[in-house]
Amino acid sequence: MTAYLLKRLIIAALTLVLASMVVFAVMEILPGDPARLMLGLNASADQVEMLRNQMGLNAPLVLRYLHWAGGLLSLDFGRSYTYSVPVIDLVRERIAVSLPLALIALALSTIIAIPVGVFSASRQGRAGDTLAMGAAQLGVAVPNFWFALMLIYLFAVWLHLVPAGGFPGWGAGIWTALKSLILPAVALALPQAAILGRVARSALIEVLNEDYIRTARAKGLPYRAVLWRHALRNAMIPVLTILGLQFAFLLAGTIIIENVFYLPGLGRLIFQAITQRDLIVVESIVMLLVAAVILINLLVDFSYAIVDPRLRGRQ
Amino acid sequence: MTMRVDLPEETIAGVLAKALGNRSFLIGLAITLLIVAVAFLSFVWTPYDVTKLVIADKTQAPSWAHWFGTDHFGRDILSMIMVGARNSIAVALVAVGIGMGIGVPLGAFAAARGGLADEALMRVNDLVFAFPALLSAIMITAIFGPGAVNAIIAIGIFNIPVFARVARAGALAIWPREFILAARAAGKGMTRISIEHILPNIATLLLVQGTIQFALGILAEAGLSYVGLGAQPPMPSWGRMLFDAQTRMVTAPWMAIFPGMAIVITVLGLNLLGDGIADILDPKSRRRR
Repeated sequence: MTAYLLKRLIIAALTLVLASMVVFAVMEILPGDPARLMLGLNASADQVEMLRNQMGLNAPLVLRYLHWAGGLLSLDFGRSYTYSVPVIDLVRERIAVSLPLALIALALSTIIAIPVGVFSASRQGRAGDTLAMGAAQLGVAVPNFWFALMLIYLFAVWLHLVPAGGFPGWGAGIWTALKSLILPAVALALPQAAILGRVARSALIEVLNEDYIRTARAKGLPYRAVLWRHALRNAMIPVLTILGLQFAFLLAGTIIIENVFYLPGLGRLIFQAITQRDLIVVESIVMLLVAAVILINLLVDFSYAIVDPRLRGRQ
Repeated sequence: MTMRVDLPEETIAGVLAKALGNRSFLIGLAITLLIVAVAFLSFVWTPYDVTKLVIADKTQAPSWAHWFGTDHFGRDILSMIMVGARNSIAVALVAVGIGMGIGVPLGAFAAARGGLADEALMRVNDLVFAFPALLSAIMITAIFGPGAVNAIIAIGIFNIPVFARVARAGALAIWPREFILAARAAGKGMTRISIEHILPNIATLLLVQGTIQFALGILAEAGLSYVGLGAQPPMPSWGRMLFDAQTRMVTAPWMAIFPGMAIVITVLGLNLLGDGIADILDPKSRRRR
C-alpha cells in the first residue's frame, strides 16, 4: 500500500508544480503593467521603472517564478495591487465564507444522496425507484444559479424566511451568519445530490448482484443489515470518487453562487480582481482552488485504501 | 472494411425495435429534436424581433400577446429563448467537437502506444482536471476578454481530457482482442488498426459521452454567460437572460422562470437521449445503471 500511496503523492505534487507553471505562464502573457497600474497614468516612466525594480518585475522569468512559487509555499502570496494589503489577508477573510459554504453544501448533498441511492437500489424498478430517479434526472439538468434564483423568489421574496442575499459576517452570531448561507448551500447541493444519488444507486445495484451478498443473506442476516453494512461499504469507491470530483465542482460553483447571493467570498473577490486587473489576487485564488482540487483528489485516493482493504495489499 | 465485432447479432431492424421500445430514448429524442427545430426556426421566424427595443412594452407579465412576458427592454422572452437556443447549441456542439477532435486521437494513441506516451497523457489529463472548467474559463477570459468564442474554447479544453480518458479506456479493452491480433498479423499498422477497428468499436461509448458533454456544455455556457463571461449583448443567450432577471426577481419573475426552464428541458432531453442510446446499443450498461 505504501507504494500505491507514494505514487499518488508524487503524482499530486507533480500536478501541483505543473499547474503553478501554467498559472504563472498565463499571468505572464496577460497585457498590462502592474507597476503602471499602481502609480496611475500620470506617473513618469522613471517612477514606473523604479517601482518595477522594487517589485522585482525586471528579474529573469525563472527567478520570478521561483520567487512566486516559493512565496506560495510559505503562504506569502504577495501584495494586492489595488487593496495594498497582503493577498493572504484578503484570502483569509473571504475563505471564511467560501469554505463553510462548500462544506455545508457537500454535507447536504451527501446526506440527501446516500439514503436516496440506498432507497432506490433496494426498490429497483418499482414505483419509488422510478420516482426518485426521475427526480434525480431532473435535478441533474437544473443549473444551480437558476435554482438559486427560484429559491430566492420562494423563500426570500414570498415567504420572507431567509435573507435574499448578503452576509452579515460571523461576528453577527453563528446562527445569523448560517441563515444567510442556507439558501446558497441548498442551491449548490441539490443538483450535486442528484448526481451522487444516481451514482450511489448504480454502485449499490452492482454490489447487490455479487455472490457475497447472497451468502450474507443465506446465513440469515436481515436485508437491512446486508444493505447498509455489506453493500454500502463496497459501493463506497465510486461514491467517494464522485464526491471528490464534486468538491471541485462545489468550490467552482461557489464562484457563481456567491455572485447570485452577494456573498463576500473568494468567488466575488476573483471577479472584482479581474475587473480591476489585480492579477496577483486572481493568480493566488486560482492557485489556491487548484491546490484544493488536487489535495481533495489525493485524499480520495488515500480513502480508497481505508474503505477497501483489498487495495492495501496491492501496489 | 471495418469490423463491428462487438455487435455480432445486432441488425439494424433489431436496434430500431429496441429504440422504439425505449422510453427515455424516445422522450429524449423528441425533446432534442424540438429544441433543434426551434433553434433553426428562429433563423427565419420569431414571434417578435429580438433586436428591437419596445420600451412601452417593458416587463409585461405573460399574456396572449407575449406568452412568456417581456424583458426590461420590452423584448419578447419567447423570441429571445428561441434565438438563445441557437447560441447554446452552437457553443455546446463546437465544444464537444473540440473535445472529441483532440481528445479521441490522444486517447487512442495513448492506448495503442502504452508506456511513456500513455503515462504522459494521463498526467496532462490530471493537470487539466485540476482546473475546474469555470476557473479555466475565467483565466481564458482574463486574457482574451469575454465572448462566445472564448467560452467555447474554455468549455472545449475541459472536454479534451474527458474524451481522451473515455477513448483510452475503451481502446485498452479492445486491443487484447483476437480480431486485433488478426489485423496485426495481416500487417496493419497502429494508426490503421486504431481507425479501422478500434474506433468503430468505441463509437457507442463516444456517442454516449458526447451527449453527456453536450448537456454539460449547455449548462456551462449558461453559467459563463450568467457571470458575463459568455455571449455578449445584444446576442440573446439563456445565461445572460438570467443575469438580467436577477435584479428583477420581485417585479418580473417570468424573466427568470422561462429561460431557466428552457435550460432544464434541453439538458434533461439530452441526458435522456444519452441514457437511451447507452441502453439500446450496450446491453451491459442496463445492469450498471
